[in-house]
Amino acid sequence: MEEKKVVKKATREGYAAALEELAERPDIIVMDADLGAATKSMTYKKVAPERFFDAGIAEANMMGVAAGLATCGKTVLVSSFAMFATGRAFEQIRNSIAYPQLNVKICASHAGISVGEDGASHQCNEDIALMRSIPNMVVINPADVVEAKAAVLEAVRHEGPVYVRFGRLAIPQIFNENYTFRIGKGQVLADGDDVTIIATGLMVNEALMAKDLLAKQGITARVVNMATIKPIDKAIIIESAKKTGCIVTAEEHSVIGGLGSAVAEVLSEECPTPLVRVGVNDSFGESGPAWELLKKYGLSAENIAKNAAIAIAKK
Amino acid sequence: MEKSILKELEKKACKVRLHIIEGTFNAGCGHPGGSLSAADVITYLYFNEMRVFPSNEKSENRDRFVLSKGHAAPALYGALALKGFISEEEIKSLRKVGSVLQGHPNLNTPGVDMSTGSLGQGVSAAVGMALAGKLDKKDYRVYTLLGDGEIEEGEVWEAAMFASAKKLDNLVVIVDNNNLQIDGTVEEVNSPYPIDEKFQAFGFEVINIDGHDFEQMEAAFAKAREVKGKPTAIVMKTIKGKGVSFMEDVCSWHGKAPGAEEYITAIGELRLCLAELEA
Repeated sequence: MEEKKVVKKATREGYAAALEELAERPDIIVMDADLGAATKSMTYKKVAPERFFDAGIAEANMMGVAAGLATCGKTVLVSSFAMFATGRAFEQIRNSIAYPQLNVKICASHAGISVGEDGASHQCNEDIALMRSIPNMVVINPADVVEAKAAVLEAVRHEGPVYVRFGRLAIPQIFNENYTFRIGKGQVLADGDDVTIIATGLMVNEALMAKDLLAKQGITARVVNMATIKPIDKAIIIESAKKTGCIVTAEEHSVIGGLGSAVAEVLSEECPTPLVRVGVNDSFGESGPAWELLKKYGLSAENIAKNAAIAIAKK
Repeated sequence: MEKSILKELEKKACKVRLHIIEGTFNAGCGHPGGSLSAADVITYLYFNEMRVFPSNEKSENRDRFVLSKGHAAPALYGALALKGFISEEEIKSLRKVGSVLQGHPNLNTPGVDMSTGSLGQGVSAAVGMALAGKLDKKDYRVYTLLGDGEIEEGEVWEAAMFASAKKLDNLVVIVDNNNLQIDGTVEEVNSPYPIDEKFQAFGFEVINIDGHDFEQMEAAFAKAREVKGKPTAIVMKTIKGKGVSFMEDVCSWHGKAPGAEEYITAIGELRLCLAELEA
C-alpha cells in the first residue's frame, strides 16, 4: 500500500493562524494568563502588540477584564490552559461573561489527556461538561488545525460567548484549506450502514482509522465529525441513529458531561438507540507521552472499533 | 461645596434611602444594610460626579459605574430612578418575576453598566472598562464600589495588581467600609485591615474619607481626577443601615427586609428627614 504523507499539527496552531488573520481588526483584544507561548495567543502580540494583554497568572481577573472590555464594544479572545480557563475561572465565565451575554471567546489550549507528561493536574477532561452547562455558551472542539482556525474565525463572527478547545499534541490534518466550518453543524466524513461513530476533537481521526479497522471485519461504519458540542446537531444524530441503528461516541474528555452525554440526551429523548461512549472513564490521567496515554486510556482507533462491535451487538 | 448643592445631595440621598426601604419591603427580602451604607456615595456619583446620559444611556463617552457589591442594588436602582433611567414606580417590582429590577444588577436594566452580584467580579469588569477607555483614547472615567467584606475575595487583588500595572488612572475603586459582613464584623470574620495600606501597596493613590460626608467626597473625587499614572482607591468609613435608626450598625440587617411595623418606622424617619431638608 502506498504510504500517504500525513501532515501533523496541533489545533492550537490553528488558533495562531486565525489570530494572524485577525491582526487588522481594531476591535479585537487578545488576553492570556502567562501561557501565551504555549496557547499560541502570543501570536497576537507579534501581529498587534497594542491589543494583546497579559493578565499574569490570574485567570479570574482576566475573565472579568475581558467582560469589561466587551461591554465597551471589544471582541475579546482569552486564553489559558483548558484546566485553568474553565476550571479556575468557571464562575467568572458564568457570571461575568455568559450571564450578560458578552462577546468573549474563551480559546483554551492543552485540553484533554494528550497534554502528556505534565500529568493529571494539567489534563482537563471536564471542560466541555463545564462549559456546556452554562446558558448562552457555544462549545466547539475542532478536529484538526484547519477546523481550529475556521472555528476561531466563526466564533469571532458569532455574537456572544464561545468556548473553543485546542490541544497541545500534533495530530493528523483531516480537512483541506477549502473547508467551511459552521457552528452547530456536524458532518458525515464517511458513510456506512452498521454503526455510526460520532467523534470530536482528536478522536475524529481515530474514528476514521476505526472505520478502516471495522471494514476489515466486514463492518461498515458511518463517521460523523461533531465539532460543535453545543448547540449539538440533533438532526445528524437522529438521522444517523435511524440509518445505522447504533452509535458510538468518541471524545478525549470524560464520558460524563461531554459529547457522549450530549448525544445520549438527544437519543434518549428523541430516538432511543443503543449507544456506547468512548472517552475518559471517570478517572484522572497521569504523566506519560501523549500517544501512550491515549492508548492506555482507550482513546484509540482500536478501542473505538472494539466498542463499535459492542454497540452493534446491542441492536 | 455650595450649600444648595449639598442640600440637594442630602435630599436625593434621602430619596434613595426611601427607595431602598420601599423596594426591599415590597420584595419581602433584599439587602437594606449595605444599600443604606452605600446610598450617599451612589447619590454623589450620579448627581455630582459622573457624566451619564439617561436619554442616551449606552453613549460610548459616558462614565461607568460598576456596583461590585451587587447586593446593594436597591441603592443603585434608587439613584437610577431619580436620574430617570427607570421609573420610580418600577422600584416596587424589585425582585419580582419578570421585573427589570433583578435582585442583583443586570446589564439589561437601563443605566446598569455591568451584571454583578458574585463578589469580587465587578471590580475586574471595571478594570476592563478603564482599559478600553485608554485603548480608545476616551476621557470617560470608571467607578466601582466594593464592600469591605468583598475585598476578602482574591480576585479583587488580582484586579488591583492589573489596574496598577496598566496605570489605569481613569479608574476609581471605592470601598464601603461599614465594618460588617454577614457572619459578623469584618475583623471577626477575616480582617481585611488595613485596607488603605493594602491598596497603597498595590500601587494605588489612596484617600480615606467619611462615606457620609459629601464635602469629603467632593474633595476625594476631585483629587482622584488629578492623579496620573495610577488608579485611585477611596476608602470610606460608613455605617451599615445608615439613615434608619434601628438598622444602623446592626449586622442582621445585611440581608433581610423590614416587616410591616419596621417599614412604617423606617419610612417615617426618612420622610421626616426629607421634610426637614425641604423645609
